Amino acid sequence: MRLALAAVILAALSILAARSAGAAEAIVLASTTSVENSELLAHILPEFTRQTGISVRVLAQGTGQALATAARGDADLVLVHDPEAEQKFVADGDGAERRQIAWNDFIVVGPGSDPAHVAGGRDAVAAFAAIADAGAPFVSRGDKSGTDALEHRLWRMAEIDPVKSGGGSWYRDIGGGMGAALNTAAAMGAYTLADRGTWLSFGNKRDLTVLVEGDARLLNRYDVILLDPKKHPEAKQEPARRLVGWLASAEGQAAIGDYKVNGEQLFHPSADSPK
Amino acid sequence: MDDWAFWGVPDVRALSRIIALSLAVSVSATALATLFGAPLGAVLAVYRFPGRHILVVMFNALLGLPPVVVGLALYLLLSRSGPLGSLSLLFSPGAMVLVQTVLALPIVTALMHNASVDLWAEFGGALQVDGATRPVAIMHLLAIARRRLLTAVLAGFGRTISEVGAILIVGGNIAGYTRTMTTTIVLETSKGNLSMALGLGFVLIGISIAVSATIFALGSAEEQ
Repeated sequence: MRLALAAVILAALSILAARSAGAAEAIVLASTTSVENSELLAHILPEFTRQTGISVRVLAQGTGQALATAARGDADLVLVHDPEAEQKFVADGDGAERRQIAWNDFIVVGPGSDPAHVAGGRDAVAAFAAIADAGAPFVSRGDKSGTDALEHRLWRMAEIDPVKSGGGSWYRDIGGGMGAALNTAAAMGAYTLADRGTWLSFGNKRDLTVLVEGDARLLNRYDVILLDPKKHPEAKQEPARRLVGWLASAEGQAAIGDYKVNGEQLFHPSADSPK
Repeated sequence: MDDWAFWGVPDVRALSRIIALSLAVSVSATALATLFGAPLGAVLAVYRFPGRHILVVMFNALLGLPPVVVGLALYLLLSRSGPLGSLSLLFSPGAMVLVQTVLALPIVTALMHNASVDLWAEFGGALQVDGATRPVAIMHLLAIARRRLLTAVLAGFGRTISEVGAILIVGGNIAGYTRTMTTTIVLETSKGNLSMALGLGFVLIGISIAVSATIFALGSAEEQ
């Protein structure tokens, strides 16, 4: 049975491949899509692994899902960007220590034709109100990510319920990641709220352009949170703590600040954060 | 490697790892599904026992098993707060093999059952006249059904190599560890690198054709 022989050989090979991958110490970092899709982590983590021998397995999930994954005990630490959800995570006893490691900002992007006339503004809430007023298409993540949470806070500040306002046909909840939202907005000529890291490294912008930026409410802070050993004794505390220490160290902070795409800096070290 | 610059792939090593993992996971899952599914299909055709029809209907219904549902169910089982959490299998290639085995098993079983029903009607009497016990008869049946087994194996492989929803949930698409061809295509699409995503799609189709051709050639050689 040559067929059976081939199957056995291939199965053995795959077991071998799995074994070699599991040899070194590894921790699972549940993170937002922006730090992974922008390739920031792929850029900075190899140096940490080289120095410590600890490999970091990154799950790019969006803040809501990342926190849920960690709460189930399936990650060793999280890297997220939704202060309200993070406070709840700590208050619930899942997270212990929380530390800011980087920041950048959110931006409102939209079609160059700008039917709602929001270009050049600095007030994100006013821009949202103008978009709703004009009934111009707007793409919402709808996935409980950090970006989605901020978007909903901005609608509340504008005192608009986008789902009901103006029949709601202009407001498209796609239930997807930042990249999917940008792809959809590019195809529809719609507005959307984006984090700058994903935007700068995104490859399919077409007619989309940055229209509103510079609002203090659009600050985007990235925090790492270690799990509380009382609730999550199975989490690998020691290597996770070393990763947090390295990210917050002068070397880690410099690595974050040095990462550029097409000459533009995507993330700022938290040391120079506007408080 | 200038060839790859065209696709925007910066790292050939990373790409070969992705391809190797895709193949390792789907081939292992197909092999496991065949190991259990082929005899099971034959048994369902040969033996008469209560509940047999229900099992046959079930395996045929499971052909339409939604991968994301299987992925989610296995995620909950393998999660550290789930019943099998102590295995620490979640977000590993092992979990991906497991979920794809579950997805391929009904395909192999249902196709083998179908083939075995026909062949048992034709040769069953002869096989038993020779005095063979049913387990021995099943071995002979599987040998006679080699060609159709091949179709079942290829169908199982086709499902596993192209699947993305379930392995994304239980594997986590971790770079260098659980990232496969299909999850890379999803990732690159979300990054707006559409031409690279499409290029990887063609590579996937090419590999799929090559593997199918190899299995088919092995099977045909067996026939002679």
